[in-house]
Amino acid sequence: MSTGNETESEVAAGHGEHPAFLAHHFHDAAQQKSAVKLGMWAFLVQEILFFAGLFMAYFAFRALYPETWLVAHELLDKRMGAFNTVVLLFSSLTMALAVRACQLDDIKGSIRYLWITIACALGFMVVKYFEYSHKFHLGLLPGKYYSYDGIEGGAPELFFSVYFMMTGVHGLHVVIGVGIMVWLIFGPLRQGKVSSKYYAVVENTGLYWHLVDLIWIFLFPLLYLVR
Amino acid sequence: MSATTGDLASTHGHGEESYLTAKSGIASWLLTVDHKRIGIMYLGAILSFFMIGGLIALAFRLELATAQPDLFSGNVYNRLFTLHGAIMVFLVLVPSIPASLGNFVLPLMLGAKDVAFPKLNLLSFHIYIVGALFLVYTLLSGGVETGWTFYTPYSSTTDSSVVSALLGAFILGFSSILTGINFIVTIHKMRAPGLTWARLPLFVWASYSTSMIQVLATPVIAITLFLLVFERTMGIGIFDPALGGDPVLFQHFFWFYSHPVVYVMILPAFGVISETVSINSRKHIFGYSAIAASSIAIAAIGFLVWGHHMFVSGQSDMAGTIFSLITFGVAVPTAIKVFSWVATMYKGSIELNTVMLYTLSFLFIFAIGGLTGLFLATLAVDVHMHDTYFVVAHFHYVMMGGTLMGFIAGIHHWWPKITGRMYPEGPAKIGAWLVFIGFNLTFFTQFVAGSRGMPRRYHEYAPEFEIWQFWSTVGSFVLAAGLFLTLGYLLWSLKGGAKAPRNPWGAKSLEWQTESPPIEHNFHAQVICRTGPYDFEEIDHSKA
Repeated sequence: MSTGNETESEVAAGHGEHPAFLAHHFHDAAQQKSAVKLGMWAFLVQEILFFAGLFMAYFAFRALYPETWLVAHELLDKRMGAFNTVVLLFSSLTMALAVRACQLDDIKGSIRYLWITIACALGFMVVKYFEYSHKFHLGLLPGKYYSYDGIEGGAPELFFSVYFMMTGVHGLHVVIGVGIMVWLIFGPLRQGKVSSKYYAVVENTGLYWHLVDLIWIFLFPLLYLVR
Repeated sequence: MSATTGDLASTHGHGEESYLTAKSGIASWLLTVDHKRIGIMYLGAILSFFMIGGLIALAFRLELATAQPDLFSGNVYNRLFTLHGAIMVFLVLVPSIPASLGNFVLPLMLGAKDVAFPKLNLLSFHIYIVGALFLVYTLLSGGVETGWTFYTPYSSTTDSSVVSALLGAFILGFSSILTGINFIVTIHKMRAPGLTWARLPLFVWASYSTSMIQVLATPVIAITLFLLVFERTMGIGIFDPALGGDPVLFQHFFWFYSHPVVYVMILPAFGVISETVSINSRKHIFGYSAIAASSIAIAAIGFLVWGHHMFVSGQSDMAGTIFSLITFGVAVPTAIKVFSWVATMYKGSIELNTVMLYTLSFLFIFAIGGLTGLFLATLAVDVHMHDTYFVVAHFHYVMMGGTLMGFIAGIHHWWPKITGRMYPEGPAKIGAWLVFIGFNLTFFTQFVAGSRGMPRRYHEYAPEFEIWQFWSTVGSFVLAAGLFLTLGYLLWSLKGGAKAPRNPWGAKSLEWQTESPPIEHNFHAQVICRTGPYDFEEIDHSKA
């Protein structure tokens, strides 16, 4: 909404001086920055609605089979879930510090914080791998492959369908986040395209990463701490 | 009367070439980030799929001309109407106006050099093509017979190519989401100096509301189709009653997207009509802010009415009643628009060109389509009308009659700007009449058949419906003749049409202030907006 009242002499220049990071169709860095951030927020909104379907499925089946939910969730490992929650929260801190480092023109520091964030993400996935393989081993598989017989009550396989779909789609977002961060390090950051003047790309990665964390903050109590 | 204001075209204005000739070669099109070229590629792709979907419809209209099965088995017939629906909804109607005309016109209307994210724009076109290839693959590998709604549990158990169709629709959804995000940011951030929200052309307001729905609703169908893919391939059971799942949950998810998405299809057409009715009446649009706000209102209320598709799916009476009431609520902002358009024409100086013929067709057809929607929103009536030809006719009156009349009106309206050529009025008017007559013959008969109990999705039916079905088939061929005539003269006009001036209609919005066709960067210098888009000169009524 800030495009309205630039001075006419400035805008009339049209093809005037453009810093390297400024795309040709924007007037100035401020317009580009605000556009890029608004775009990211709109993208995050659609991410939330993408997950909303899974959350609705969770609540619909939890309302249909409350006892099953209570019993089945005991088979998830609360300690591993809690550990992963801490890991992701910490990674959000390092991600925020990576953005902060860009604001201070400390590109090396930003890269260092991003590596720590990536390490946390990979640690999260390793823990997830151990959780998944334990479930597979017990036959706690989704839907028709479910073969565990220790749960009384209706449709225990649905709990695990929902569990695997929710954590699976979330895990996919974690992996995509790792990919973006690696690209960020070897692309814009190492090539010197980011500075305190323009760091929207790092900031947007941060926004994405915080959303991925935030979704886990909801997944953890809903799946691991049913009461 | 046509070229009232505006300078004559000078394609080489300040020595800059038009966007069509600035670069050449196939790669300069397929890898372009120019919103105008992307819009044209979308237009070509959408119209091609419209033709394929239409030809499929003609094939099963032939089958339906008689009560007995003549050409196809039931199985083939089911595949034909499913493909017709899936192609028309996912490949034609959803992207239709926003992705083609919207892409071309929106940045020009805003006085911008491009959309906010040109590369993302190209990406959404490439995603569209990949999604389309999945649907083409589905077609070639034997098709699907689930209906375009993919209702479970049939869609999770039948052995046709459901997975590729689902993946196609899933991928197309991302194309739609990215276009929506791009337009929202473009409208917020790329407006020329002086172009305030109250000076935005109503097409921009309509695109804005459309984009909101695309961003908020499409991800829900994405996760739904994703779950259904896993349902089929891994048996996760979320929609499978045998595993404790709930098939009606699929319907809730599906319609949470698919009802709002009918507004993705119709709102841009509303936007086009707001432009064409005002410009061709030479009169300021009546109720500018009411029309702008009603687009937003339709988008908002549209999210709360999905249950009216499920009146007979076993939802509670209470839910049905509430959904019915809210559905009636949609009629209010919609009627505000229709009355405003009619009031715009009142005491206007109406130019009865092809664009206006399609605009009037739109008003006539959409009024019928909209009002029959109220019949279906009425619980007691819907119990009888559900899954009859009445629903089919209603849907086609709003979606084909509404969206496509708006789309065709828009194509003609912006044709001079897009191609730099005028379309020929004579054949165009004949085409418009054929389309109007053919359309009404095809679908009004279906209202009658449906209200007398003809169920949808049958290739063999009781003989008392034959008269209505026969005339519907006749109408469909008249409609096709009109559309092919339209295609023919539009293609001819690319070479043979008169050169278009900058502003052949005497319009006031910014896209008409640059050359026809525009230069690569749209405007020679930054435009500064000083007037509203509908500030026409007073009409002198003393001469009338």
